[in-house]
Amino acid sequence: MSETSTRPDGAPANDATNPAAHDGAHEATSPPAADPGRSTLRDGFGVLGVAIRREPWIFTVSTLGSLLFGALTVADAWVLGWATDHVVLPAFRTGTTTARAVLAVLALFLGVAILRAVGIVARRLGAGVMQYRMQAAYRREVTAQYLRLPMAWHQRHPAGQLLSNANSDVEAAWAPIAPLPMAVGTLAMVVIAVVQMLLVDLTMAAVGLMVFPLVTAATLTYQRFSSPLFTRIQALRAELSEVAHESFDGAMVVKTLGREAEETARFAEKAEQLRDLGIRVGRIRAVFDPLLEALPGFGVLGVLGVGVWRIRHGHADPGDVVTIAYLLTIVAFPIRSIGWLLGEFPRSIVGFRRVQRVLDEPVETTYGDVRLGDPQRAARLELDGLAYSYLPQQPVLGDLSFVVEPGRTVAVVGETASGKSTLTTLLTRLVDPDAGRVVLDGVDLRDLAPGELARHVALVPQSAFMFDDTVRGNVTLGEDVPDEEVWSALRTAQADGFVAALPKGLDSRLGERGTTLSGGQRQRLSLARALVRRPRLLVLDDATSAVDPEVEARILAAMRTAVAEGSASTLVLIAYRKATIALADEVLFLAGGRIADRGTHADLLQRNPAYARLVNAYEEVPT
Amino acid sequence: MTTVAPSAGTSMATGDEISAWQTIKRGAEISPELKDGFWGTLLLALLGTAGRVVVPVVVQQTLDRGINGPHGIDLPFVTRMALVAALALVLTGASSYLMTARLFTTAERGLATLRIKAFRHVHDLPVLTQNTERRGALVSRVTSDVDQVSQFLVFGGIIGIISVGQVIVATLIMLYYSWQLTIVVWVCFAPLFLSLRYFQRRLSAAYGVVRRMVGQMLAAVSEPVVGAVVVRTHAIEGRTQARIDEAIARYQDASTKAQGLTAFSFSLGGVSAGLANALVLIVGIWLGQGHLWAGHVTSGEVLAFAFLVSLFVSPVQMGTQVLTDAQNAIAGWRRVIGILDTPADLDDPGATGASLPHRPLDIEFDHVDFAYPGGPLVLRDVDLRIEAGTRVAVVGETGSGKTTFAKVLTRLMDPVSGSVRLAGHDLRTVTFSSLRRRVVLVPQEGFLFDSTLLANVSYGDLDATPDDVRRAVIGLGLGDWLESLPLGLDTRVGQRGESMSAGERQLVALVRAHLADPDLLVLDEATSAVDPALEMRIGRALEALMSGRTSVTIAHRMSTAENADEVIVFDQGRVVQRGPHTALVAEGGVYGRLHASWVAQQGT
Ligand SMILES: Nc1ncnc2c1ncn2[C@@H]1O[C@H](COP(=O)(O)OP(=O)(O)OP(=O)(O)O)[C@@H](O)[C@H]1O
Ligand SMILES: Nc1ncnc2c1ncn2[C@@H]1O[C@H](COP(=O)(O)OP(=O)(O)OP(=O)(O)O)[C@@H](O)[C@H]1O
Ligand SMILES: [Mg+2]
Ligand SMILES: [Mg+2]
Repeated sequence: MSETSTRPDGAPANDATNPAAHDGAHEATSPPAADPGRSTLRDGFGVLGVAIRREPWIFTVSTLGSLLFGALTVADAWVLGWATDHVVLPAFRTGTTTARAVLAVLALFLGVAILRAVGIVARRLGAGVMQYRMQAAYRREVTAQYLRLPMAWHQRHPAGQLLSNANSDVEAAWAPIAPLPMAVGTLAMVVIAVVQMLLVDLTMAAVGLMVFPLVTAATLTYQRFSSPLFTRIQALRAELSEVAHESFDGAMVVKTLGREAEETARFAEKAEQLRDLGIRVGRIRAVFDPLLEALPGFGVLGVLGVGVWRIRHGHADPGDVVTIAYLLTIVAFPIRSIGWLLGEFPRSIVGFRRVQRVLDEPVETTYGDVRLGDPQRAARLELDGLAYSYLPQQPVLGDLSFVVEPGRTVAVVGETASGKSTLTTLLTRLVDPDAGRVVLDGVDLRDLAPGELARHVALVPQSAFMFDDTVRGNVTLGEDVPDEEVWSALRTAQADGFVAALPKGLDSRLGERGTTLSGGQRQRLSLARALVRRPRLLVLDDATSAVDPEVEARILAAMRTAVAEGSASTLVLIAYRKATIALADEVLFLAGGRIADRGTHADLLQRNPAYARLVNAYEEVPT
Repeated sequence: MTTVAPSAGTSMATGDEISAWQTIKRGAEISPELKDGFWGTLLLALLGTAGRVVVPVVVQQTLDRGINGPHGIDLPFVTRMALVAALALVLTGASSYLMTARLFTTAERGLATLRIKAFRHVHDLPVLTQNTERRGALVSRVTSDVDQVSQFLVFGGIIGIISVGQVIVATLIMLYYSWQLTIVVWVCFAPLFLSLRYFQRRLSAAYGVVRRMVGQMLAAVSEPVVGAVVVRTHAIEGRTQARIDEAIARYQDASTKAQGLTAFSFSLGGVSAGLANALVLIVGIWLGQGHLWAGHVTSGEVLAFAFLVSLFVSPVQMGTQVLTDAQNAIAGWRRVIGILDTPADLDDPGATGASLPHRPLDIEFDHVDFAYPGGPLVLRDVDLRIEAGTRVAVVGETGSGKTTFAKVLTRLMDPVSGSVRLAGHDLRTVTFSSLRRRVVLVPQEGFLFDSTLLANVSYGDLDATPDDVRRAVIGLGLGDWLESLPLGLDTRVGQRGESMSAGERQLVALVRAHLADPDLLVLDEATSAVDPALEMRIGRALEALMSGRTSVTIAHRMSTAENADEVIVFDQGRVVQRGPHTALVAEGGVYGRLHASWVAQQGT
């Protein structure tokens, strides 16, 4: 009885040769092409080696299970033979049986069967546990890397791709673990059978063993043809996931413009490419699988032919032919299971490399080890010759220098796209400057220890991002903050009213991205999230754009009170509205990526016409 | 506050309630390709299986009679047999090739169809239903869940059918030898067959959990990737990683559990086989001795029967294996079908529906109430008429229901009671294509696709040429801005538009809407992040462009209200005031307050 397995598979697909078929934008993320110079076998075993080194014990258990299974398969035949000779035949001869003999037969058969079952469970569960542990380990590593990699990297790598790395690629990488114990276990059977064959008759054995180079050649040929397809397939899976993620993310736009059909076409293009590649892989498999299965059969025929010839010349007995042919049939199944293992290699290598590429990505952000302690005063911020550009040759900010003394409030004002948000990303070290320094309390941000900056500086970004969590979770972000402080932050942000009105108050869940809230409500929670941390430097990027003037006035009043009471915060605000700007001790007017003017709001209004035009725009007489 | 039944917010079906058989039937309905050439494939499979049986038999015969026979080597016999075997091998190979190729083709085709249909259906679902499932989990339904199905489809179905066939054939052969022993064998396997149902149920549940966990894991990964800024600036990597790790661990646990169940249920077949082997011998002996029914069983027959048992056992084991694999696949299939079976309860009237006329549209809200599923009323008895060609401003405190009003107006949601009419047509009777063509909403948060500026703007009108796009940009007074971009329309906007400034993102969304050339334009704080000077400039440009058409503009900046023909003031879901700006200022009330705050701010 051999255990047959339905083929593990799952191959999807696209036209690998058509570069126009995919968006040039993600050239950078398309996977490394299968390197033709390297051996798939070596790399495949290399990947498995990683798994075996990391999980030696489970691997041992499952391999032992597989060996047990193999041994007991042989034992089964032996038990039948024993029962025939010692119980059945005597019984028919004598016409009597003893209860002991009956029990012995029962016990032997059942004993072997139960042990074999144990072997199966050990092997399969072992392989499963090993596979899932490796998957989980690599998922943890790759997601941890996502959290470490710089924002610039994230902007180049669509979320959908990252999901595919963490799921499909990791899965592909460790797929060969499933057939591994079986293959290793049966390898023992193969070795024993081969040795026996060689002992019986060298010539016939040699003919029979021709099967092995043929199997190897077939496997290599298969891998050669399928590797490029699998490379493309894994890339396509990522692209498919990317289209789906983006499209679902923008579902509202799709709907409001009635573009469902176009989006579906975009997705269908990838799905169909995947399908066509899957079919191509299927054709290759369709050749390879039957071939692997037939080769031992041809081996047996070869042995028969040579055997007949050898017997006629008196070099061998008919018994030898029978033995060798039988041994060859026995190894036919193990050869298949090894074939399955090797068949998983191309996909596994591709998946592994795709994951490894993320893991090998340099984490550019480096940290120092300076800690600022817990001073109870506001922070001092200094910018010194700061310059930044997203694309080479196109500076967004240049030569920015200014100082904000502790407790002071500075407003940054500038036209749309003048670089204000970019400045906030530099202040919070989401990016590092190309030139110059950002200095907090005398320490360059780059010298701060990891996590230190966040203890002192908080940013309220221009677009509020909510987690699928409770109101409390979204405000405290998991920190242990007493409810009174949460409420007090909510009060300053004018969010206490609507939070109190929610059915479960602080414990109400918000839904992904906070969809159950209005725009202004989300923005106020985002503000409360920053306030609750009592930052020594607070950076507000247009943080009241979505609230009505009345609430905005109340927020500003509350913040003014806080400032007046010496809330121990230095404040940098990006704002357009005069009421907000009026909170500031000083205004920086940003134009052309530089500080075009600075001074108090009143001074600037008076002396800088561009500034006046910008902030007074609402008062222009309607035409 | 009153609580009402959800209007439109059915959550995404998990498909858990569909039985395995229904799943397969429904799956084949959704992907009709799966049935293509089924009989041919089955025939090929049978041929292949037959070949697999022939070869060992022929080899056996050759060895027994041709080589090891009583008269020494029988060369002609050996040659004949070798030829037969070679032929059988080639035939088996050929039919396996054809079968595998066909199976891959139909399975891949069927799956592509399934994926595409499910994807489309997600977009056809109402916004509120879409929001009941996290994006990452939705992605898993059209990617990894579908991938699970392929494995089963490619081999499982056919092997399953063949196995049943083999079991039947083996039973018939056994019956031919001895009906008594056949009963013994079946009795030994009865517990296995009976327990199969039980295990199938448990496996089905276990794999259902596995698939759900994949979805949760992807959702857990997707969230911090999209919200990376918050994660970074608040240094909550630790907690975020802990959450992801937990989702990963849950997926791992679920998989391990399912695998344990699979291994255990699979191993049972072997135990039954051992029992059957033993009992066949024992009962055979008794039969031979005449203890049981008077049979004439010989020792040779008993031994031959023992061999037959193995013919019976291997397809049974193969069958059990297929069934377990099937549960995994079916769990994935269910989730995809679950999407397709989630009703799009905002129905497109389709061909029978009305089309909106291509002229300025008038709006009627007829006692409209709206509540989010399970929540209080957010719009209460909104009853108003807006004449065609009016420029309306909607103001109100944050959370007062303005966005909700806009969404009901553009039929992203249907009212709980009352109706909305455009140009006299109840929105529920208007075809989606006509509605989306004539009515465009620019939402509060502009979403751009990771592509070029040109592609994003053209999204509003797919036939637009780059020149049309350029004209639209200039039409809105944004020519300078376009000039200032080094790559112009070829600028890439980044994921979700994040390589543009927030204001620029809004500009793109506006141009996109303008290019769509709607008869009713609804702007929900569409310029909230744009600098005042530019906002005023756009406002004036829009005014000119929209003259004669109807527009509804939601804004917190009172400058918009000042310039509108009419202002509608919302307070806690009710329309509390309406009329031209000057009249409302005189009236005071909510509007008076809002305006006073605004003026006070400007005065600084
Ligand atoms: N999907 C939802 N599910 C449940 N409640 C919701 C949902 N969306 C909005 N709400 C609630 O409905 C009310 C009205 O929200 P709406 O978005 O219409 O306000 P708004 O007037 O547009 O406010 P803002 O000026 O802040 O954008 C709010 O209390 C909000 O919390
Ligand atoms: N990730 C990015 N990659 C490339 N260019 C970018 C990126 N982010 C911003 N830019 C560009 O940098 C410039 C400054 O953008 P920034 O977001 O800092 O402007 P802003 O002053 O905050 O504008 P707004 O008032 O609209 O928010 C813009 O031209 C923008 O297109
Ligand atoms: Mg900005
Ligand atoms: Mg709103």
